[in-house]
Amino acid sequence: MRPGRRLRGAWDVTLVRSLLVIVVLGLILYVLSGAITQYRNTQLATGAYYFAVLAGLTVLAGLGGKISLGQGALMAVGAYTVALLVGNEHWPLAAALAAAVLVSLIIGIPIGAAASRLHGPYLAGVTLALAVGLPALADKFPATFGGENGLVINPPTPPSWLGGNFSLERWEAWICCAGALIVLFVLYNLVHSGLGRSLRAVRDDSIAASLCGVREGRTQTLAFVISAGCAGLGGGLLTVVDQLAQPGAFPLQLSLSLLVGVVIGGLGSLTGAVWGAALLVFLPNWTNDLARSVSLSTKVAFNLPLAIYGVVLIAAMLLWPTGIQGGLWSLAGLARRRLPPGALGRFRPDAHPDQR
Amino acid sequence: MTRFLDLTLSGISTGAIYAAVALALVLIWRATRIVNFAQGAMLMITTFIASAVINAGASYVVGFIVALLSGLVFGAVVERVLIRPVEGAPPLNAVIVTLGLYTLLVAVAGMIWGNQPRAFPAAFSLRGYTVGGTTLLFSPNDTFIVVVVLVVAALLALLFRKTSLGLQMRAAAFTPEIARLLGTRVGRMFTLGWALAAVAGAVAGVLVAPSVFLGPNDFDPILISGFVAAVLGGLDSPPGAVVGGIVLGLALSYVSGYEGSSLAPLAALVILVVVLMIRPGGLFSAARERRV
Repeated sequence: MRPGRRLRGAWDVTLVRSLLVIVVLGLILYVLSGAITQYRNTQLATGAYYFAVLAGLTVLAGLGGKISLGQGALMAVGAYTVALLVGNEHWPLAAALAAAVLVSLIIGIPIGAAASRLHGPYLAGVTLALAVGLPALADKFPATFGGENGLVINPPTPPSWLGGNFSLERWEAWICCAGALIVLFVLYNLVHSGLGRSLRAVRDDSIAASLCGVREGRTQTLAFVISAGCAGLGGGLLTVVDQLAQPGAFPLQLSLSLLVGVVIGGLGSLTGAVWGAALLVFLPNWTNDLARSVSLSTKVAFNLPLAIYGVVLIAAMLLWPTGIQGGLWSLAGLARRRLPPGALGRFRPDAHPDQR
Repeated sequence: MTRFLDLTLSGISTGAIYAAVALALVLIWRATRIVNFAQGAMLMITTFIASAVINAGASYVVGFIVALLSGLVFGAVVERVLIRPVEGAPPLNAVIVTLGLYTLLVAVAGMIWGNQPRAFPAAFSLRGYTVGGTTLLFSPNDTFIVVVVLVVAALLALLFRKTSLGLQMRAAAFTPEIARLLGTRVGRMFTLGWALAAVAGAVAGVLVAPSVFLGPNDFDPILISGFVAAVLGGLDSPPGAVVGGIVLGLALSYVSGYEGSSLAPLAALVILVVVLMIRPGGLFSAARERRV
């Protein structure tokens, strides 16, 4: 390497690059959370935990080529872990969140092992049944999980050194953004590691990959377990924001809208997960405002947000088949040179960054 | 013993409904390799249309036929307008389109007919048969449900096995390129697959409506169970859909009857996992070679 290009060289090291990105993003979020209202801070916190879940799912679906309709159930696992540990055992929040990740990782192992054997709609069926079945446990054991009403925890208190008038919403936004940045750091390094390459290899041609010595089942199980851990963290953070874990917070619709966020954001791209999270936060508000701005009969006004949501999903897929991120890449004219991993991968394997 | 008999009979009748929805999903999967998450909403719309026709004074039979015909048209239109553009795209895109269609249809139904669930007439009496003094949990209407679903399944089997049209549909689904070279209008076969699927769905909607009531969201659980049944049987196999539907109906009936209905979704998960661990392609899957 020429001496003048040493900085470029450091940038090429994944760990350095990801650390720099995290620090810059952290600073931006720090400034942002101070500049916006409490309501916007809650939205920021919500977007941050959605990002944690979506990032895990985009690695699983985009790189691993596996579909999961059960991420909502894994979020519930994390949410209930935090609620039980903080509410009943009085654990510190950070430890409870770590435990939430751990528990959902462990729950993810058998599901991932099952998932690695299944393809397409069969995996969709199992994870769909998971999304419907697991929250039902809360009803079955009301003594532990609080039944329909769920479990309530006390809101986290901002530490005293931040000053007396530091708002709770801003503190929650900090916690959630910290979680999201950790997820981003871990996944970014993972995507650019041997495991990321193995995943892409198995997705594009499982037989060729296993002939090259990639352990197909183990790689895919690992991808599922990692996405489960991300979902668990996201669910734990949801409990921090809502101060409540209840079965009604994890309906099938949640799992489905997570999938929507990942695909419309841009499958396989961590930046796409940011767009997806923003979509999940802002689209419902936007459709509600739009419906309220026109005067209509109650029946129509009540259902209009839902209708707009449906139309947006259909239109997005017809107009932007590669999602927002894929659309941006091709707009920027970069699609030829450098695709986000997996955005178009299955159909354009020749365009993978690995194979440049 | 009576309880076991009751649970078995009611399991068969709900299983028949699941089988009809599963058949609809299997038809679409075979034609276009898409899981139609909008199926529940599509059959909700056709049932609402039947309800409107019956409320306007027409007989039940006329309402049923109108539901079937509107399903036929509806399925074809959906395939041509919404699904055709995403058929070559990544598989998840079609899933998102069907989810969007589901959301849109639920909203449209709410706008037109309101979100309050309404009653839907049954074809026959809902009072159980009385055998030797005890009343069974199986009514003439349940008999009607089982018979209609079996007839639909038999007609589909005849279509696929015995007619030239069925052969063309199978060919189009199996190898579109070769079928096209041999003169099959592949796109038309796909449209027909969706139309027939919507008819099977419309049958399920009209049959199940008397027991679940009719509202924009009341058919969601039916779709979930139908999907689980289709996966259980193997998405490529119409007989698998029927068997999967009946097996799931029986299993859920026993679990709800003996252990409480809150465990039913978990039971569905356990059954699905156990079956797919043994046969990853469903009960009726054919062994498939793997090629590099």
